[in-house]
Amino acid sequence: MANLTREETLDLIAEVLEVYPEKAKKDRAKHLAVNDQAIEQSKKCITSNRKSLPGVMTVRGCAYAGSKGVVWGPIKDMIHVSHGPVGCGQYSRAGRRNYYVGMTGVNTFGTMNFTSDFQEKDIVFGGDKKLAKLIDEIEQLFPLNKGISVQSECPIGLIGDDIEAVSKKKAKELDKPIVPVRCEGFRGVSQSLGHHIANDAIRDWVIGNRDGDDSFPTTPYDVAVIGDYNIGGDAWASRILLEEMGLRVVAQWSGDGTIAEMELTPKVKLNLIHCYRSMNYISRHMEEKYGIPWMEYNFFGPTKIAESLRKIAAFFDETIKANAEAVIAKYEAQYAAVIAKYRPRLEGKRVMLYVGGLRPRHVIGAYEDLGMEVVGTGYEFAHNDDYDRTIKDMADSTLLYDDVTGYEFEEFVKRIKPDLIGSGIKEKYIFQKMGIPFRQMHSWDYSGPYHGYDGFSIFARDMDMTINNPCWGKMTAPWLVEEEAQAQPQQARA
Amino acid sequence: MPSVMIRKSDSGALLFYVAKKDMEETIATVETDTPQTWGGEVELTDGSRWYVDPISPPPVFPTTLRFKRAD
Repeated sequence: MANLTREETLDLIAEVLEVYPEKAKKDRAKHLAVNDQAIEQSKKCITSNRKSLPGVMTVRGCAYAGSKGVVWGPIKDMIHVSHGPVGCGQYSRAGRRNYYVGMTGVNTFGTMNFTSDFQEKDIVFGGDKKLAKLIDEIEQLFPLNKGISVQSECPIGLIGDDIEAVSKKKAKELDKPIVPVRCEGFRGVSQSLGHHIANDAIRDWVIGNRDGDDSFPTTPYDVAVIGDYNIGGDAWASRILLEEMGLRVVAQWSGDGTIAEMELTPKVKLNLIHCYRSMNYISRHMEEKYGIPWMEYNFFGPTKIAESLRKIAAFFDETIKANAEAVIAKYEAQYAAVIAKYRPRLEGKRVMLYVGGLRPRHVIGAYEDLGMEVVGTGYEFAHNDDYDRTIKDMADSTLLYDDVTGYEFEEFVKRIKPDLIGSGIKEKYIFQKMGIPFRQMHSWDYSGPYHGYDGFSIFARDMDMTINNPCWGKMTAPWLVEEEAQAQPQQARA
Repeated sequence: MPSVMIRKSDSGALLFYVAKKDMEETIATVETDTPQTWGGEVELTDGSRWYVDPISPPPVFPTTLRFKRAD
């Protein structure tokens, strides 16, 4: 199907909004837009970071998900206590596939679930004593932990427990960092505020820990990788490129990261930030307090990787600049082969995305390298500054949707008929049953890594095996195929 | 009176960032911007105007300042 013009896209939005009551229609209309590259500021065309409409299906998470699941969870040598009822921790356990090296349960704790398992009596009488006891138990059972973070679930804020006091007392007793995080799920409109709260907790309880301690030998080439959660090994695929350039990666935030690395981050020369949405706050803080510049980079697809490597190298001397070119040249044969193999199979395919964080804009370059086209994109929990950055990456008159509802997304898909959808697990089976190839882009559909040159070959392979899977031609039951062919001459599926 | 973080963008322009409001705008004009003092009324590219008491000597960016709405 040919791409829609601006007018057609506007008509489509109006058509989809038709079913809502007047008030809901007015609210949702602000979140749907047609991309116009001429617009400098996204707030003129799209509203974001607002409370979801009651009664519609949204796929957003909560502040706890943003703090425990995204920012703190991957720090592998700390124990993250889901403080409150058991469900929040259990149902979010290890789903994000933040890979790490270490012995789980001995010196790393990434995939384990620690919870204070609140019962009625804890709600009535308060859970501070239970938290203190739990911290002692952790210390006894897992003595190699390097610290504990207390991730509050909703009831903690509601009953007014003083987790800060308990944490401070216990931290002194055990001589380990114990970080209380006030990330109760009801705070904010989405997981986005959870990221902010988690960043603020890092700022208040971790970043300053080694101020005035110069025992760590630094080099002029120290960098920190910020906002890479090592999903399926992403951070490793990124890190090797930086190391080949001659940079020293001091810290990984927070995929495969440790508390020691985070404490050392103020000593680096440059902060490299991949997920802008979840970690820009701490980067801004380090810039102000320690004068560390930060820059956003994008390691999806060879075009963007080369662009980013050159941009990173521009912060350093001539050797690093030369090394960056050498790295790009070294991988050229590898990615050229990937493009030569998959581009003919994927050329001209159209993609719709609906993810969170950085992906709705970052992966566009990787799709374009494969000759594919992104015809619609949207974020679950972005703010205006994310859309500012997205407008430039998207083609004119493509669709932008913020916090899209289940209904709207389905209707858009029915009309636009993309060849591939990239979104989360909740959308996956609906669209697959509609006969549309789908990739789960939150945890790379159990594949990955997708970052870096090594990740690009996996990315290309995954997209090819999804789109060109023979199953999409078998969506009609065999005994219905003939009837259908008689009723209406079907156009052949691509 | 929001706390505003002022930082330099890649192009050298000053950015006006209000974390609470998630607002990042470019500063268009500053009333007093001399080697001795910086501050006064600040106009952003979106047309809004803010005020901070002139600071002397000028602050080193990035820095956080308390601004007032000028209009």
